[in-house]
Amino acid sequence: MGKSDDLVVYDARLSSRFLLGTARYPSPAILAEAIRTAGAEIVTVSLRREAGGSRAGESFWRLIRELGVRVLPNTAGCRTAKEAVATAQMARELFGTSWIKLEVIGEEDTLQPDVFGLVEAARILSDDGFCVFPYTTEDLVVAERLLDAGCRVLMPWAAPIGSGRGINNLFGLRALRAHFPDTPLIVDAGLGAPSQAAAVMELGFDAALLNTAVARAGDPVAMARAFSLAIEAGRAAYLSGLMEPRDMAAPSTPVLGRAFGDGFEA
Amino acid sequence: MLIGVIGAGVAGLTAAFEIARAGAPHGAEVELIEKADGPGRGCSHYAGGMIAPWCELESAEPIVATLGEEALAFWTRDIPVAKIAGSLVIAPPRDRAELTEFSRRTRRFERLDADALAALEPALAGRFSSGLYFREEAHLEPRAAMRALFERLQTMDNVRIRLCADSVPQADWIVDCRGFAARGELAELRGVKGEMLVLRSEEIELSRPVRMLHPRHPVYVVPRGQGVFMIGATMIENEERSRVTARSIVELVNSAFAIHPAFAEAEIVETGSDVRPAFPDNLPRISRQGRTLYVNGLYRHGFLLAPALARRVARFLFAGEIFPEVMNANQGEWTDARGRGADIGAPHRGIGL
Repeated sequence: MGKSDDLVVYDARLSSRFLLGTARYPSPAILAEAIRTAGAEIVTVSLRREAGGSRAGESFWRLIRELGVRVLPNTAGCRTAKEAVATAQMARELFGTSWIKLEVIGEEDTLQPDVFGLVEAARILSDDGFCVFPYTTEDLVVAERLLDAGCRVLMPWAAPIGSGRGINNLFGLRALRAHFPDTPLIVDAGLGAPSQAAAVMELGFDAALLNTAVARAGDPVAMARAFSLAIEAGRAAYLSGLMEPRDMAAPSTPVLGRAFGDGFEA
Repeated sequence: MLIGVIGAGVAGLTAAFEIARAGAPHGAEVELIEKADGPGRGCSHYAGGMIAPWCELESAEPIVATLGEEALAFWTRDIPVAKIAGSLVIAPPRDRAELTEFSRRTRRFERLDADALAALEPALAGRFSSGLYFREEAHLEPRAAMRALFERLQTMDNVRIRLCADSVPQADWIVDCRGFAARGELAELRGVKGEMLVLRSEEIELSRPVRMLHPRHPVYVVPRGQGVFMIGATMIENEERSRVTARSIVELVNSAFAIHPAFAEAEIVETGSDVRPAFPDNLPRISRQGRTLYVNGLYRHGFLLAPALARRVARFLFAGEIFPEVMNANQGEWTDARGRGADIGAPHRGIGL
């Protein structure tokens, strides 16, 4: 595939389709090794808790920055558009990037996005020059509104954050892909197994973001590799043109003309 | 010879004790230097005090359990302040998957059903239907433990203690146990913020530390006796020391409430916050620069790891032993120490104690 399959999001051209979150690893050293093994070029970082609004989290972020990856700060845990906008502005200052993964959480139990607040915050931030990566559902109308608001990328969930359930609404994700063939779609949440990541890539999604499934694995580095292979496999499969399932067996070798009895004496 | 130990937190106190004890036959003297006016004024002050080597395997490397096992003997025999009453790990019914994951990563536990759990901790009866019981683990009250260790040091003939000290003695060796304060000398050291809470409730009785697993807000409760409970602890990649946030308290209280509803009515006795010193791999390290040894990076395992590290420092000083599991032996800083660093005895390698 090489360079011709690069993914372009905003001003960046990426060869890796594996984005990694940086929370909940056993140690920063393991996180760094997982990022390297994943080949990730973008890592998400949560501003809200770790930095405390000051530069006090510096040591941790220095470790991340030394890896040479692009940092995508998020507004994890924000519950209102206002809070998310303030967090995004703080992140821009702290990390020196106008990229922001926008999360506005509407429901505490499922951490489901508040799509109304999301659209509102996306508009404010886009107008302010941010490159917004909105964490959203598979809802088509919301997706349309987010694009109207200035987003050039969408980050739909597969399932609730950290649930590891894989694709919750296959029909909805297919429809989203079909409706927005030219918008980069990065599946953001709910992937638990490499096979699930491969599945979303096979649907034609442009990239996948993982965190919990890697960070909390018994061996996060090995799991990063497993996801990396799966994402690559899923992408290659999508590009290669997957066969459609059939109701009937179709022999791959023609039966006609084959000598009777070869290998089937009984 | 004179060995100066800097810092009277749990790392420095145990180091001073083990060095003085092992060095006495060799005529070694120890001077313990502390900037504050008493022992345990740093992050050790806010520790949980769980001597739980096997529970910690949930997120720590196996070496933490190996070193931590030595702490059980230390805190029950050498400085007998710990109580072996086991640790209990539970999860709310809807988060039972967390318990399964915890059991996959840890060892030396028994599974408890509802009846066994109720028999062990009657206060939890009816609300939790399964748990893991780590029978061999212990807990202690960190402040009492450090006081006991400090008092013991005061009785030792070859130990001098200097509080409110602002200078380091001319010594043959310096053992630097300052934790996060040594950051200027240890480039890789970082701080990981932790907040804790002390509650008092006469309505709750627990006999051992209880850890409640939760995908977002895991929490532990350590009984301190007389209805006092320590609730801990947040883990935040942040180096601000003393600010306790409302959010953290809400989360800690909320989780404590899930363990026992009476915690909602408990009196808040104390809140505290400090930073744990950690290296990028979150593992402890004894490093060397010339005649200075740094004992640091104990992270969230101060009381669990300090005894094993202290003994290794003493074995290095008096027998020239190198301990690759904590000494980063391939970096060359130790090689010339063999023979020269060890003033007494033939140098050799080994990890067994």
